[in-house]
Amino acid sequence: MLPILHALQDEFGYVPQAALPMIAEALNVSRAEVHGVVSFYHDFRDKPAGRHVLKLCRAEACQSMHGEAMAEKLLRDIGLEWGGTTGDGRLTVEATYCLGLCASAPAAMLDGQPIGRLNQEALLDLAHDARHQQEGRR
Amino acid sequence: MARIFVPADAAARAVGADKVASEIQAQAAKRSLRVDIIRTGSRGLFWLEPMIEVETAAGRIAYGPVRPEDVSSLFDAGLLIAAAHPLRLGRPEELSYLKRQTRLTFARCGIVDPLSLEDYRTHGGYRGLQRALSLGPAGIVEEVTKSGLRGRGGAGFPTGIKWKTVADTPAERKYIVCNADEGDSGTFADRMLLEGDPFVLIEGMTIAGIAVGATKGFIYIRSEYPDAIRVTTQAIAIAREAGYLGSKLAGSSHAFDLEVRMGAGAYVCGEETALLESLEGKRGTVRAKPPLPAHKGLFAMPTVINNLISLASVPVILSEGAANYADLGMGRSRGTMPIQIAGNVRHGGLFEAAFGLTLGEIVMDIGGGAASGRHVRAVQAGGPLGAYFPPSLFDTPYDYEAFAARDGLLGHGGLVVFDDSVDMARMARFALEFCAIESCGKCTPCRIGSTRGTEVMDRVMAGHDREANLALLEDLCQTLKFGSLCALGGFTPYPVMSALKHFPEDFGRAPNRDVHAHAAAE
Ligand SMILES: Cc1cc2nc3c(=O)[nH]c(=O)nc-3n(C[C@H](O)[C@H](O)[C@H](O)COP(=O)(O)O)c2cc1C
Ligand code: SF4
Ligand code: FES
Repeated sequence: MLPILHALQDEFGYVPQAALPMIAEALNVSRAEVHGVVSFYHDFRDKPAGRHVLKLCRAEACQSMHGEAMAEKLLRDIGLEWGGTTGDGRLTVEATYCLGLCASAPAAMLDGQPIGRLNQEALLDLAHDARHQQEGRR
Repeated sequence: MARIFVPADAAARAVGADKVASEIQAQAAKRSLRVDIIRTGSRGLFWLEPMIEVETAAGRIAYGPVRPEDVSSLFDAGLLIAAAHPLRLGRPEELSYLKRQTRLTFARCGIVDPLSLEDYRTHGGYRGLQRALSLGPAGIVEEVTKSGLRGRGGAGFPTGIKWKTVADTPAERKYIVCNADEGDSGTFADRMLLEGDPFVLIEGMTIAGIAVGATKGFIYIRSEYPDAIRVTTQAIAIAREAGYLGSKLAGSSHAFDLEVRMGAGAYVCGEETALLESLEGKRGTVRAKPPLPAHKGLFAMPTVINNLISLASVPVILSEGAANYADLGMGRSRGTMPIQIAGNVRHGGLFEAAFGLTLGEIVMDIGGGAASGRHVRAVQAGGPLGAYFPPSLFDTPYDYEAFAARDGLLGHGGLVVFDDSVDMARMARFALEFCAIESCGKCTPCRIGSTRGTEVMDRVMAGHDREANLALLEDLCQTLKFGSLCALGGFTPYPVMSALKHFPEDFGRAPNRDVHAHAAAE
């Protein structure tokens, strides 16, 4: 079931509620079971994400390099909670727990691209660019 | 044509390796020079990334850390003849960080083109399989047992014994499952190998399949590793195309094939039975044992589930012989461990060495102390379920039993360094919060107790009724320790209690008298 859910999320940016009965039917399991799986895994969203998704690592190695304070400042500046999307629909900021970039902390991932050795300025710039860049440049 | 090697490892890309590669291409074109850029994995010296290498008659010469804006001056200085430049590091093998290592499992990582089978074979690849085929199934299991290899995923269970159990369990179908969920903060060895030398895992899993009579394997990779997933998927196709997977592999009578499966962001899916549930398409909840996965694993069939590093260490054990591996190490910890030095540390990276170095040697001497230049105050060993060590325990040898004797664990080989700006009460709170976020929900202490624990820590940190709340915290930890089905709940007390024990002043208690041996961290 995971490959199907990943494919849906790749396509739509989230797993639409409407798709669950179809998955249940195709795999011959109950709807409750499908719902159980979707809700268990942190990856799957139940609502669309912004055009860009910024995942910030909140695990220990990134904390040791003060990633937490940087993330908090960013969220404050753009008025978001973890998992939130900006009003213009351009940026979602999500928490993640380790990207395997722990010797280049603090680390992040923007639309699947790894970013390391962040500092406060670089992080704010990253979010700013994601929100204001002309489409097609990235 | 000059050959230039630029890592495509995610941690190198994270600090600009792609831009450096395209700048090299651009600068070469501008100067009408022909260069062949080869994207490799990383050597694992992350403070020097992007570290590029130029091939010369006298071997490769490294430069780093290279920023895109440095490339022009590198060409001006004579990059292609490996000329002098402030960023020139010399021969990588001569850098003390690499020279002091014993690279067996990571022998090729950072050197070869990860998707070139020819590179793989030139650098010793598939010699392990060749010997495995001549030894036969029982001979392979015996060799792996003799090597003393213990699981590198955390529990340290002897790999040979696990394989023998599966080999001895008759069944219609059996499976090999590679655990590449690598959820521990401070670890990246699995990722580096998947991105830098995927064929070694494919070879190791093929050998495992022949040893136990399994014809199908799955590599479960966490979704946080998109590059690793892509490279590994391609490598499998290449190996299959070349006849190293599939029926009659490598000209033998054996069959084995592989598939990559992607996780979905759940730490607990690294636990072996939760991983099997996840592979079966279900919620990643932990199964009660018995039955062991070796008897009833994936789809209720006998299954070898091993960490990636365990499996990837098998080819070199077979090609060089069990004794060669077992000669390294100390006590019951045989062979090498890819130690991952991370966090607030100057020389963060991958350091593969025989067991037995002390924690202090690794963090201070090899790691160079805190990146911030401040004092090292704590090191978390073995991921989010591992204990925090103060400098006064830096004499602990890197060995499964020595760490256990100090209420710690090696886990998957990660070390996260913290300087003296760390608030250990916050770290204790985080351990409980992480447990609450990642709990599979099966056991009450883990599901509910962890959340209660974060609330207790909030009160401790706010200075409310400290001693009463700390007593409550200790009680909660006892309950977690003894009332949990798996190590997520069961080991969360380690980081919490070690923080309280070694850093009581951060919890509003009097400091320990046994000097916080700052001297050791000097
Ligand atoms: C919560 C939890 C998370 C785990 N995560 C991993 C992991 O990411 N990778 C891994 O190899 N083992 C992990 N383990 C250990 C596995 O359960 C298991 O011991 C290991 O895959 C066995 O392989 P090995 O014998 O080669 O080490 C985890 C265990 C627990 C309790
Ligand atoms: S200890 Fe936690 S994660 Fe482990 S089985 Fe129990 S509830 Fe699940
Ligand atoms: S802890 Fe942040 S990348 Fe590993």
